[in-house]
Amino acid sequence: MVRIGYLTRAEEPRIPQTFLEPVSEDEGVQGARLAIADNNTTGRFLNQRFDLVEVTVPEDGRVEDAVRDLAGQGVRLLVADLKEDALLAAAAAPEAADMLIFNTRAPDDDLRNERCRANLLHVTPSRRMQADALAQYLASRKWMNWLLVVGRTPQDAAYADAIRAAAKRYRAKIVEEKRWTFEDANRRVDTGHVTVQSEILTFTQGTEHDVLVVADEADGFGEYLLYQTWLPRPVVGTHGLVPTAWSRVHEQWGATQIHSRFERQAGRWMRPRDYTAWMAVRAVGEAATRTKSADPAALAAFVRGPDFTLPAFKGQGLTFRDWDGQLRQPVLLAGPRVLVSVSPQPGYLHQFSELDTLGDDRPESRCRNR
Amino acid sequence: MSLTGGAARIGALALLGFAVAQPAQADTIFVSNEKSNTVSVVDGGKLQVVATIKVGRRPRGITFNEDMTQIFVCVGDDNRIDVIDVATQKVVDRLPSGPDPELFVLDPQGHRLYVANEDDNMVSVVDIATKKIIGEIQVGVEPEGMGVSPDGKILVNTSETTNMAHFIDTESHKIIDNVLVDARPRVAQFTGDGRFVWVSSEVGGTVSVIDAASRKLVHKISFAVQGVPRESIQPVGIQLTSDGQRAFVALGPANRVAEIDAKTYEVKRYHLVGQRVWNLALSPDEKRLYTTNGVSNDMSVMDLERGRVVKSISVGGAPWGVIVKP
Repeated sequence: MVRIGYLTRAEEPRIPQTFLEPVSEDEGVQGARLAIADNNTTGRFLNQRFDLVEVTVPEDGRVEDAVRDLAGQGVRLLVADLKEDALLAAAAAPEAADMLIFNTRAPDDDLRNERCRANLLHVTPSRRMQADALAQYLASRKWMNWLLVVGRTPQDAAYADAIRAAAKRYRAKIVEEKRWTFEDANRRVDTGHVTVQSEILTFTQGTEHDVLVVADEADGFGEYLLYQTWLPRPVVGTHGLVPTAWSRVHEQWGATQIHSRFERQAGRWMRPRDYTAWMAVRAVGEAATRTKSADPAALAAFVRGPDFTLPAFKGQGLTFRDWDGQLRQPVLLAGPRVLVSVSPQPGYLHQFSELDTLGDDRPESRCRNR
Repeated sequence: MSLTGGAARIGALALLGFAVAQPAQADTIFVSNEKSNTVSVVDGGKLQVVATIKVGRRPRGITFNEDMTQIFVCVGDDNRIDVIDVATQKVVDRLPSGPDPELFVLDPQGHRLYVANEDDNMVSVVDIATKKIIGEIQVGVEPEGMGVSPDGKILVNTSETTNMAHFIDTESHKIIDNVLVDARPRVAQFTGDGRFVWVSSEVGGTVSVIDAASRKLVHKISFAVQGVPRESIQPVGIQLTSDGQRAFVALGPANRVAEIDAKTYEVKRYHLVGQRVWNLALSPDEKRLYTTNGVSNDMSVMDLERGRVVKSISVGGAPWGVIVKP
């Protein structure tokens, strides 16, 4: 029996601005459950069983305690659906020293650099990977002048940092930056769209640009920018054209099959957190299939080793970067209704892997703890 | 014949073609176009599209019936198999398939179709005469490739996420063995003598050659094309010549077909074809190889005597499967 832990923390459910998306309280764990089922389907042929141990820490609870409990239950392979600080606290717990933890949620670039840890693998793409994926596409279109609109949260600031780095890398110009300082509004108000329409028209006046890049990870206002701008310009970033690990609009490379399986199980569309959790649990399954072992140490060693590769509906096998533990992966560029493109874009070459044109490449990495 | 799996049958038909002295020019090639929901009919003499047959949504797997009077096409998004009458070039019937059929294989006796149901971790057994599903076999996650031994006794199914070739007894419908292969196995093809099964792994970038009797891996073929990133080498379609000497493997977005010595497993050459080459078919006289190129929406015609591509023919949108009738 291969036991895989799944650790998350209770939180208020995310309320999307759009009414087309349901409010879901089981993002992430549904992907892990699907991967356990997939692992067990494969495991039938090899006499292997997989078990998911799900733990939800209360909002004010300590993740370290949960890690200790999981370790006591024999868990050495842990899927962490946690934000940055909680993730680092979990990874620093004494019992986590001999665990392999899969980060399936936190996109923070410093987790891959200054705050990197030897027992962490990052399945979710970093902000920098997302920004590079977007920048390559914009550069391929020669849309090189960007108006950057940044929300009020620290995550938005981090997203904007990644966008600035990508602009520098691909020689685009951020012609102007604007801070979104309006109070985040409830998505339902009796006065409707009228305020938004006048607010954004005046807010987006300014320097001529090709695209508006929005940094609004919390989904507070980004949705409102589309079609409301002063100039008729596309919106990209966290809204509009979105670089992402996963989207329902993606159907290539067999993705249709996992969408169907997931929707049958969860009764809703698969979200990026579900997909990354699926990848983490499948990574363990793949290691178990290849090594024919159930020993967590052997599985962890295989996942970190040179022979590991994960097929995950992206048209090529995915591998972990040895310098920062980040999973190399193509990044989708999803429009609101259909897939627009997948980066890396053709022509962005690399001496080792074209996927390393996205995110922190080996010479740039500031990770020293691995 | 690329997707029918019976290399022995290809040989027999090639001999038949020879016996009645039909010239190569009489070949008719049928290509399933995944995006435009059609089957293109190409005249092998003129090398031109001469007809386009409207079929159900997302046609991919395509094969002839036993006497080549009918064509079966998996139309995945309509969850069925369309039956085309070769003489009138029209869809005349349909067969059940189970959900989301992609690839299938006709048993050598011509009575049954074995269909991979990608969505359901299942292989369906379809009786052609009664138009009924007479059996379902649970396999790994995302079943895809289907091959049948020349004697019809062993069926091989590949599962894309489980990464195995499942060996199935066609009498009992039971899995007798599972062979682990590289990531995302797509096509399974028996050799004409039934001794080996070739399995292409799209994401793994290899072809595994499995001994059909012992179910042991006897060789793994790797590919390397200068100037093409390793990740772009994605083997899919496989064709073996009836004399067992040569093999051809479509390498997907590498835009190449690998020519392999089927005895030594050495890759002899890489032939440049159209973009994203999916599947292959040999002409009955084995003087030509036809390829479907999913991105460039065309079919490459390779002259095997001269060892080069002689023509590209525009077909429908996203061509996928290809079969040839003498």
